[in-house]
Amino acid sequence: MAQNEAITPQILPPNPEKATLEGRNKYLAFWFFLGGETVLFGSLFGTYLGLRSSTEGGPGPADLFHLDLVFIMTMILLTSSLTSVFAVINMKRGNFKMLLVWMWATVILGLGFLGFEIYEFYEYAHQGLGYGVSAFASSFYTLVGTHGAHVTFGVLWITTLLIRYRKSGITLTNAPKFYTAVLYWHFIDVVWVFIFTVVYLLGVGG
Amino acid sequence: MSNSAASSKSVIWDWITTVDHKKIGILYFLTGLFFFAVAGLEAILMRIQLMFPEMSFLGEQTYNEILTMHGTMMLFFAAMPIFFGFMNFIIPLQIGARDVAFPFLNNLGYWLFLFGGIILNVSWFTGGAPDAGWTAYAPLSSNSPGHGVDFYVMGLQVSGIGTLMSGINFLVTVINMRAPGMSMMRMPLFTWSSFVTSMLILFAFPALTIGLLLLMLDRIFGGAFFDVGLGGNVVIWQHLFWIFGHPEVYILILPAFGIFSEVIPTFAKKRLFGYTAMVFATLIIGFLGFMVWAHHMFTVGMGPVANAVFAVATMAIAVPTGIKIFNWLLTLWGGRIRFTVANLFALAFIPSFVMGGVTGVMLATSAANYQFHDTYFVVAHFHYVIIGGSVFGIFAGVFYWWPKMFGYRLSEAWGKWFFWLFLIGFHLTFFVQHFLGLMGMPRRIASYLDGQDLNDLNFISTMGAFLMGIAFILLVINVFISRKNTTNVNDPWDGRTLEWSIPSPVPHYNFAQTPLVRELDGLWFEKMNGDGRMKAAEPLDEIHMPNGSILPFFIALGLSIASFGVIFTSWIVIIVGLLVTFAAMFIRSIKEDHGYHVPVSEIKADQEVEK
Repeated sequence: MAQNEAITPQILPPNPEKATLEGRNKYLAFWFFLGGETVLFGSLFGTYLGLRSSTEGGPGPADLFHLDLVFIMTMILLTSSLTSVFAVINMKRGNFKMLLVWMWATVILGLGFLGFEIYEFYEYAHQGLGYGVSAFASSFYTLVGTHGAHVTFGVLWITTLLIRYRKSGITLTNAPKFYTAVLYWHFIDVVWVFIFTVVYLLGVGG
Repeated sequence: MSNSAASSKSVIWDWITTVDHKKIGILYFLTGLFFFAVAGLEAILMRIQLMFPEMSFLGEQTYNEILTMHGTMMLFFAAMPIFFGFMNFIIPLQIGARDVAFPFLNNLGYWLFLFGGIILNVSWFTGGAPDAGWTAYAPLSSNSPGHGVDFYVMGLQVSGIGTLMSGINFLVTVINMRAPGMSMMRMPLFTWSSFVTSMLILFAFPALTIGLLLLMLDRIFGGAFFDVGLGGNVVIWQHLFWIFGHPEVYILILPAFGIFSEVIPTFAKKRLFGYTAMVFATLIIGFLGFMVWAHHMFTVGMGPVANAVFAVATMAIAVPTGIKIFNWLLTLWGGRIRFTVANLFALAFIPSFVMGGVTGVMLATSAANYQFHDTYFVVAHFHYVIIGGSVFGIFAGVFYWWPKMFGYRLSEAWGKWFFWLFLIGFHLTFFVQHFLGLMGMPRRIASYLDGQDLNDLNFISTMGAFLMGIAFILLVINVFISRKNTTNVNDPWDGRTLEWSIPSPVPHYNFAQTPLVRELDGLWFEKMNGDGRMKAAEPLDEIHMPNGSILPFFIALGLSIASFGVIFTSWIVIIVGLLVTFAAMFIRSIKEDHGYHVPVSEIKADQEVEK
């Protein structure tokens, strides 16, 4: 790795994301925010579990889900979490260039995941699973769609940061921003693991 | 108040863009008071309708709309914002901070709340307000014709986002922004209870967000969550609503508990009895608040086991609440009590709230609940805890903190008239409703028949409501005629906590030097053991302050435009609104704003004026 050119002249503390009061505030607030998001997704999971057998003659989970497609999506999203970890490691090392590279990799993997999800929804709609066909359909699209909306927001957010700070180097201002974006990315990854289990595995096997 | 950065701009621009927690607190407080008056008028209209049997004053549809709006407005747009006003203004002062952790979000939270309230009230002019009750049970709400319930959904959604942000903001402020020496167990009880309240907001509001989302999807975008014909389940709404709704009632009462815990020690001239027990009782109430939501649903048919579990959990809340009641009584015991208006409200709160608590335990008895459910007994119960608790807390806080917030003292003589009229009016209105309920009068009905022995008690109840209305007018008059009482405003009550150690009105940077806190009730400790002033924890130096911003206004405005797009199902309007919001968020994200510094010369000049 070409470390010599990427390290900024400013001497950064070991944890630049938590070095200032603003950074610490953001870090703590973001954990609280994720706590609230947990309740948000918990409510959606509860609704889905209550309604998942209410297919009312329409297509049901066993008719629709293909685990191979979902497995690929899961792998893509898990890998994107890994690349964002590499980005943070490089941030702590002061290697700004590799931070950008790994974050862009995260964005691209996120876009790939979204592409598969759009294909998936398109396919289900073709097989007769309209949004209002049954309570199962509504709760499935709402739970998975809310997750997809979070991925979309994450992609836009990280892209904005990458373009805005493409030349700035790591600073005490942008380190907390990248760090919270990565936290958010991990969170939507964890939510997807639950969706994979509760929606897809239970849908096909249970 | 001098502000070098804002003095060149107009007053209105300053208040729209302000990131000063004190100004935002005043905005919350005054807007909340306005909505309180509106929702109070709605209550009086309802009581006129119920004054005599078979009255035709309002008509059934209008009655349902006013009933819904009274509840929704009082909880979301009156009581909560007024408490947010106090929390915004007082928390940073009590913990020795210069601002909240996120001044920008603080401003955004206010505009989301205000626009949410405006969205909700626009419904009056577009063919009818929401009419499904503040609880908006499906399928009544999901099948309600017209746009009324859509306004309910979007108004609460927009203001709910703001509430969630403010909750996170207060949590971080309390954890990260405390002055040196201000450990968690030295924090004043109001800050503690606001902290627990914020925790409840954080974990309760997302459930409402989802409930409202599902209702919106069902009503506008063809979802089938509450459509039983397509496999939907209407009880899901009740669960989601009360998972939010029960913590919500503790969100309303805990800040009031905090205010009483400030007022009673100050006017008894004694330190709060059992401080540690008070803190833990608050935490336990906050925790149990999440465990009892289904006690609102005893008659839904959950079965005897679930009913029994939730009944026992509900009764358990009486224990920490009882601890609090006894601690307040023992704080008063042997104290040198001053009967100021603030303290009168605190003293009246104790018996009034205990009555509401006792009927609460009665309602928690799930077998008996089948008899009480949906009668005026329930109405009497929750008005005893909300008015006897939250509203008395608000009025105690109004009289206690008014000098700090507005720089003048409210008249005690007018205040005492206000207090007695309000107290008598309150008990007159709601005490008789217990008996109306036990006699079988259902709640949420627009009228009742003659000859069922309901006439006299209903008439008495309406008279009490008039009395409360008159009392409120006295408060408004008091606000205007007391404006010359500008002497002795810095520490008029011989206070114990940090907010009384600084001048009124408070300088925009709050503390010229960050104070050093040496004990619980920091200022009182200095009065007893020091020179009566807080010791400084830092030398006099430049103070870093954040800049104001117009962006929060546009973020909230965009969401409101999108809300109207949703209500009237216009994709163009939705997209335009969201574009405005995301553009403002985008600008915020890419524009670094490091604030400005208040020079030492300005701080010194302020201190000269003070002397």
